[in-house]
Amino acid sequence: MNSSNLLSITTFIYGFAAFFYIFAVVFKKPLAGRFGTWTALAGIAGNISGIALRWVESYKMGIGHAPLSNLYESLVFFALLIVVIYLVIERSYGNRTIGAFTTPLAFLAMAYASLSPNISDRIQPLVPALKSNWLIAHVITCFVGYAAFAIAFGLSIMFLFKRNDSKEEGHFLKLFPDMKILDELSHQMIMFGFLFLSAGIITGAVWANSAWGRYWGWDPKETWSLITWFVYATLIHARFMRGWHEKRLAYLSIIGFAAVLFTYFGVNLLPGLHSYGQ
Amino acid sequence: MKKNEISGDPLNGVWKFFASVKLTVTLLLTLACTSIIGTVIPQNENPAAYFHEYGEFLYRIFSFLDIFDMYHSWWFQFLILFLTINIIVCSIDRLSSTWKIVFAKEISFDIAKLRKSYKEEFSGNRTPEELKSLFLPVVSGSFKYTKVEETETGFVIFAEKGRWTRLGVYAVHLSVVLLLAGGLAGSFFGFDGSVNIPEGESVKSIILRNTGREQPLDFEIRCDDFNVSFYESGAPKEYLSKLTILENGKPVYNKDIIVNDPIRFKGINIFQSSYGTLKPKEISISFTNRETGMIYRRKASVGEEINLPEAFGKFVIKEYSDAYDFRGHNLGEAFLGILTPLKGDPAEVILPMRFPSFDKMRKDELIISVEDAGRRYYTGLQVTRDPGVPVVYTGFVVMILGCFTSFFMSHKRLCVEVVKKGGKSRVMVAGIANKNKLGMEVRTQRMAKLLSEKAVT
Ligand code: HEM
Repeated sequence: MNSSNLLSITTFIYGFAAFFYIFAVVFKKPLAGRFGTWTALAGIAGNISGIALRWVESYKMGIGHAPLSNLYESLVFFALLIVVIYLVIERSYGNRTIGAFTTPLAFLAMAYASLSPNISDRIQPLVPALKSNWLIAHVITCFVGYAAFAIAFGLSIMFLFKRNDSKEEGHFLKLFPDMKILDELSHQMIMFGFLFLSAGIITGAVWANSAWGRYWGWDPKETWSLITWFVYATLIHARFMRGWHEKRLAYLSIIGFAAVLFTYFGVNLLPGLHSYGQ
Repeated sequence: MKKNEISGDPLNGVWKFFASVKLTVTLLLTLACTSIIGTVIPQNENPAAYFHEYGEFLYRIFSFLDIFDMYHSWWFQFLILFLTINIIVCSIDRLSSTWKIVFAKEISFDIAKLRKSYKEEFSGNRTPEELKSLFLPVVSGSFKYTKVEETETGFVIFAEKGRWTRLGVYAVHLSVVLLLAGGLAGSFFGFDGSVNIPEGESVKSIILRNTGREQPLDFEIRCDDFNVSFYESGAPKEYLSKLTILENGKPVYNKDIIVNDPIRFKGINIFQSSYGTLKPKEISISFTNRETGMIYRRKASVGEEINLPEAFGKFVIKEYSDAYDFRGHNLGEAFLGILTPLKGDPAEVILPMRFPSFDKMRKDELIISVEDAGRRYYTGLQVTRDPGVPVVYTGFVVMILGCFTSFFMSHKRLCVEVVKKGGKSRVMVAGIANKNKLGMEVRTQRMAKLLSEKAVT
């Protein structure tokens, strides 16, 4: 069993977890939700073991480095963070419906990493520019931020569903947390994400400065991370503006997550070079 | 106060305009949207390439709007200037009232306001006097400041903490100003250039990246040696330059630099950024007669004609290539030569360094091979000076601390009011925070639970 196999299995486990959570919401079966939690925990175990194994494998190959150096490894890490953060929320708010909107994202990230023909799961040696502790700090902080934004995105979708709540008793939307809680929770996630995105941009800048003597160069990846940062900064301030009700904030959170995805995947389609992520 | 006195003044209107969060939201969204342009249209390329790509009409419009270097364009800088004014004005506008709260000498509590906030109530079967000594340690255990006030029918404990966290937001906004100021300082007083130094040679100036002009340095940089190592896959593993800094011809500092580990000397940073091979000076070539096995060795530089013995004629090396392409295969470093026999037509000869017997394929009487290319490396260095970096890095730290403070900490206030009811007491616990109201409700509940355990025995 190598790490790639283990992580492929993890993909399926996350798929099952997502299925259970969704099933629990749609058919109002709390038991399935509990299955979801256990499956998600199993997925986390597989995910962590996969990452650890990959780390060991890289040392066995004689090119040892933390498994955070390419798109495949970052996606795997991203999925792990989404599920971990989600389970923390589940525990503190005791509501499993949120799982139906967040675990599928982890599953999709893993499935994309494992199945996309454009993403290689080979362990590659590090080119000189990537040999930096700042890079590790950069990847970790960015992806904690992205994972928090992913969850805020799930919560904002739930919020919009809930807003169009049908009055019918026993409708599955009744299982969702209150709109007030959804809004508050997604705001918490966005603040958490914003802190880590800022830290991610900063560590990236420090890394660039130590490798090339320039902390900011307006390359497309940098610029898109700044665009993402602007969108969430807008959202944070829009809360202080009278007349901006929560619905618009939910839309902004969705736009923000779209910017995250573009920073992550879309930038490779643009002209220009960012040494990381190809 | 002052603002009200001069209402109607146009300056007041300008002030209000710049103090508004609406402007912030507009500016941030505009910056987000316009920043996209520069990621879709490649920046700072050759004008001819743009002209070709977009046609004359669009090219003119784009040029006028500085789209080809949009992050330094007048309108983008204008947006950033507006944002800076917005931040400064807004902060000044609010700072005085926050300052009064944070640094107030006498801490005052507004019990009416607290009563209206989240509260829990319960009865205890002890008298207020007993409760006071029981409650006080519990409350001061989790709040920095506590104060007790006697009332006619009992007492009130006020407690608070995190008053200073109200300044977190100002730290974040200050950090943005620091980043912009540092960036500005860097663009005025710094430079960014590069230089290639052949092994064993030294330079006294560099070429600037933006303008292509030469920038003299106060010292000399000498490259004593350069090495590159590769992984088995052929990807580069490490570049290393042994550099010496010379002042007035005397070595004053030396260091081996690799990517991510530069020299920092007198405010100037020297980074390993690339490398290459120089045109060889003296190439050792061998000529073998296939039939007799006789070997002749000659030295020559590129373009230098060699007269060959026997009837082989003349040979000249025409050019050198780092990566010679032979029918779609990369042969690596190779020389290209022309052999002109005494009789017959000139023939083209390919001499790859990696394949010394490659020329046998020509099936000629004479086999030519390069034995030593006399190759030399040059190291490619990036040389920068940016006096703004300390300011920018300060901004980084302040931003993270400020964000953390304003997102996850708050000014929390709690009051516990105890009123005598017969031989027992009635207790109210109310809590208020300037952020994260839900979190404060939970804390208040927890405190109420703790206290009610003490109050009932
Ligand atoms: C890129 C620029 C900016 C960044 C990164 C930024 C960041 C922040 C952050 C992190 C907060 C704290 C939000 C919270 O506590 O939930 C905040 C609050 C605030 N910002 Fe900004 N800000 C920026 C620009 C501005 C500008 C230009 C203004 C000018 C009006 C402004 C006005 C405010 C106000 C009024 C608050 C609320 C303060 C309070 O809690 O009472 N911000 N900002």
